[in-house]
Amino acid sequence: MAYKTIIGLEIHTELMTKTKMFCSCTNAFGGEANTHCCPVCLGLPGALPVINKVAIEYAIKSGIAFNCKINTHTRMDRKNYFYSDLVKGYQISQDDLPLCEGGYIEIESEEGTKKVHLERIHIEEDTGKQTHTTEGDTLIDYNRAGVPLIEIVTKPEMNTPEEARLFLENLRATLKYIEVSDCKMEEGSLRCDVNINIVDTETGNKTNITEIKNLNSFRGAVRAMEYEEKRHIELLQKGENTIKETRRWDEVKGETITMRTKGDVADYRYAADGDLAEIVIEDSRIEEIKNNLPELPHHKKERFISDYDLSEYDAGVLTASKELALFFEETIKYIDDSKLVSNWIMGDVLRRLKDEEIEIQDTKLTPKALGELINIVKDGKINNNTGKKVLKEIFDTGKEPETIIKEQGLVQISDEGALKEIVSKVLDENEQSIIDYKNGKDRAIGFLVGQIMKASKGKANPQMVNKMLIEMINER
Amino acid sequence: MDITKLSAFEMRKKISKKEISSKELITAHFNRIEEVEKDINAFITLNKEEALKSAEKVDEKIVKGEQIGLLAGLPIGIKDNIVTKDLRTTCGSKMLENFIPPYDATVVTRIKEADGIIIGKTNMDEFAMGSSTETSYFGPTKNPIDTERVPGGSSGGSAAAVKSNEVALALGTDTGGSIRQPAAYCDIVGIKPSYGIVSRYGTVSMANTLDQVGVFGRDVKDAVFMLSAITGYDKKDSTSFNNPEGTIIFGSFPEEIDYRDYLKGMKIGIPREFTYEGMDSRINEEIKKSIKIFESLGAEIEEISLPHIEYGLAAYYIISTSEISSNLARFDGVRYGYRAKEYNTLDELYTNSRTEAFGEEVKRRIMLGTYSLSRGYAEDHYKKALKVRTLIKNDFDKAFSKYDIILSPTCPILPFKLGEKAKNPLAMYMGDLFTVPVNLAGLCAMSIPCGYVEGLPVGLQIIGDRLKEANIIKAGLGFEGGVKNGL
Ligand SMILES: [Zn+2]
Repeated sequence: MAYKTIIGLEIHTELMTKTKMFCSCTNAFGGEANTHCCPVCLGLPGALPVINKVAIEYAIKSGIAFNCKINTHTRMDRKNYFYSDLVKGYQISQDDLPLCEGGYIEIESEEGTKKVHLERIHIEEDTGKQTHTTEGDTLIDYNRAGVPLIEIVTKPEMNTPEEARLFLENLRATLKYIEVSDCKMEEGSLRCDVNINIVDTETGNKTNITEIKNLNSFRGAVRAMEYEEKRHIELLQKGENTIKETRRWDEVKGETITMRTKGDVADYRYAADGDLAEIVIEDSRIEEIKNNLPELPHHKKERFISDYDLSEYDAGVLTASKELALFFEETIKYIDDSKLVSNWIMGDVLRRLKDEEIEIQDTKLTPKALGELINIVKDGKINNNTGKKVLKEIFDTGKEPETIIKEQGLVQISDEGALKEIVSKVLDENEQSIIDYKNGKDRAIGFLVGQIMKASKGKANPQMVNKMLIEMINER
Repeated sequence: MDITKLSAFEMRKKISKKEISSKELITAHFNRIEEVEKDINAFITLNKEEALKSAEKVDEKIVKGEQIGLLAGLPIGIKDNIVTKDLRTTCGSKMLENFIPPYDATVVTRIKEADGIIIGKTNMDEFAMGSSTETSYFGPTKNPIDTERVPGGSSGGSAAAVKSNEVALALGTDTGGSIRQPAAYCDIVGIKPSYGIVSRYGTVSMANTLDQVGVFGRDVKDAVFMLSAITGYDKKDSTSFNNPEGTIIFGSFPEEIDYRDYLKGMKIGIPREFTYEGMDSRINEEIKKSIKIFESLGAEIEEISLPHIEYGLAAYYIISTSEISSNLARFDGVRYGYRAKEYNTLDELYTNSRTEAFGEEVKRRIMLGTYSLSRGYAEDHYKKALKVRTLIKNDFDKAFSKYDIILSPTCPILPFKLGEKAKNPLAMYMGDLFTVPVNLAGLCAMSIPCGYVEGLPVGLQIIGDRLKEANIIKAGLGFEGGVKNGL
């Protein structure tokens, strides 16, 4: 039997404007509860919203980056429902006239390049945040109320959790590239709802769509989708069907749990928000934003391949984050060897970032320091292994590579006299190895080199040592 | 001399000439309030201590020869759906019985900046829903002309306070006639300006696309005086209109001009639709007499037709209740205002709080509006009503391409007795028949006293085009001058 998974995503992203959507309160994350609030974002009686033009601009930027059509005449609507984190009894959102329509994001799936189409991107305000205490009280923090969001809705065009993950990564990279959102999932600035169901491609039978709400990590999203895939297939095999419902992902138990069943569809009684005038966007403004859009990830990747002669894989890794790409391009200002720089970043630098779970911009390593270090190694002043040690030291202390080399006396020994002294001392101490070598055991050379490096504290020039060693053994 | 009987304009003159002090004036008004308030009940909250302090500050300014504002030292009443910082704002509801706003409405800021003295918050129909000020949680206001009768609504407290000399000027709000109708019932002048020329920021929304803050005065000059002080663009209100030319400056209507000159050549339309069977014919007689005054002062009168006006009331109740259902959702007992003592779930907290704290009329309108906006009904009700609204707007646009003003009765009936219509909301709604179309179209209008039927006042409505306040003011000044001069 063959099954096809159908996945659609709804992504909420907080825009990193300075102020909130409808007032001049700060949009900064956190802060003591209910301190980033005014009558407008608290929806106090009499307060009126005034739209944040920067938020509209950021939403347009996103629309352009995702190839959407931008509606030049749009408006804000009220979505009416009761919830305690909602201050006005309605959320200001967009209904039938979203700011952006259509568009797509490209992903590199197993079957090659695939376009995942978008339904729409609309703007709306965030609500407050609830915490439930162990005593059973509910505390509400409205600092987040009125924070500008865009909601990106895809068509149900992804067919594996992996495709959904690729989509999300691409989406996040792009939003960060165009600097409209920091996409920090742990701070809630990127949240994702998944709609998933399964079709039996032979019989045409399918399960009802399940919605998984508020996934706040990519890993969680993928695991939840995998869990649902399995659950839906089992139901199909049993000849049962899922009910149309909303579930949530329990990270600890590793399973999804029913939140509510969609017996009847919620009636939000949408109506235009008469407190806000129609939003009119000039074509020239859209053109201007388009022209000022920074280079997008896939463009940058193509440029890296052609300009720096990198492999597709390397270019992909280096452009996955804007900061890493910037770091790469800054480093090659100090050493004109893009492949060598790529090797260093792809190797030791990324390994350290992964081990320490930090981003490149949060480290003590500067492009200048890396460039200088690579130069030093390339010139043979220190060897490769010492270079790696120095890199670690830079990560830890932020010192200049020259300083570290000087302080720790790491300069490679290339002086013939000095090396001769070390080699003959090692040969004196290892008569047996000389005999072994002369009896045809080549491995003995490796051992001897190791001993020499050890005796030189790793500073001996390896090429010279290799050459010198054979000569000196033969002389004996 | 009883200084509370002076016009606001005269009070302002005497204060600036140091003939009276503001403190004297404000004290006289609080004495007057003490005297009549038990019979009138125009106020929900008084602001005596603050008012006297502010009056002293104004007096100090005058003594020091400093510049003083347009409303310097004048006693002013504010309808209780306009928020005042640190001063209780109830909207006439149990829901907000103890609500103390942390901010001032823009109109309040403007009054304070103009050195006006806020005497207190005036009584009103709960959340501005009603036409008699009987739906107030704080008890009905009584009409100073006949305390057995209602003062009109929903700004009845403001109208009654001005009529009974408890304040010189007052603010009201008008969503479907709530300034003009009480002005007519209380025999004073009320102006509902064009939508957007006075900021709504800080005015608790009833139906936000119809609501408009406006003014009461005992004569046209006073009302215009007050309007000048509060008009103007406000960046905190997106629907606020940036129209420097349209701003009403009192100085543009100087005293020297003879009242007769205001009406010469003015083109006036009388809509034939503004009469109906249930209307009090004696009111019509008074209106006809008034039209004669306009004619005798040189205005050109013609009958006109506004064909869609008959659907105005139906469209109004659908649109306003729809907006009400949304605007009043924030009163949920979670953050401020009344919260039910007993509940088990979040839903019960909402339901019980709203059930216990909202009055009957408010609940009725929320239910109607929720229905009109519901899936499956919005097309037949809400969206159709919006179309009717456009047709009515078009009718007026057509009329104002030819006429400067339109005249009609303000109300089809005379002030009725307290309790008389309380059991019949539909009859009460009919009272707004002539005022509602003005709000649907965003126009400006004034109600001005024009005669009496058995001692009860009749109001004449002068309607002007959007942002053409100057036309209704000229018409008001001309007509008032004619009446004063025995025409
Ligand atoms: Zn705010």
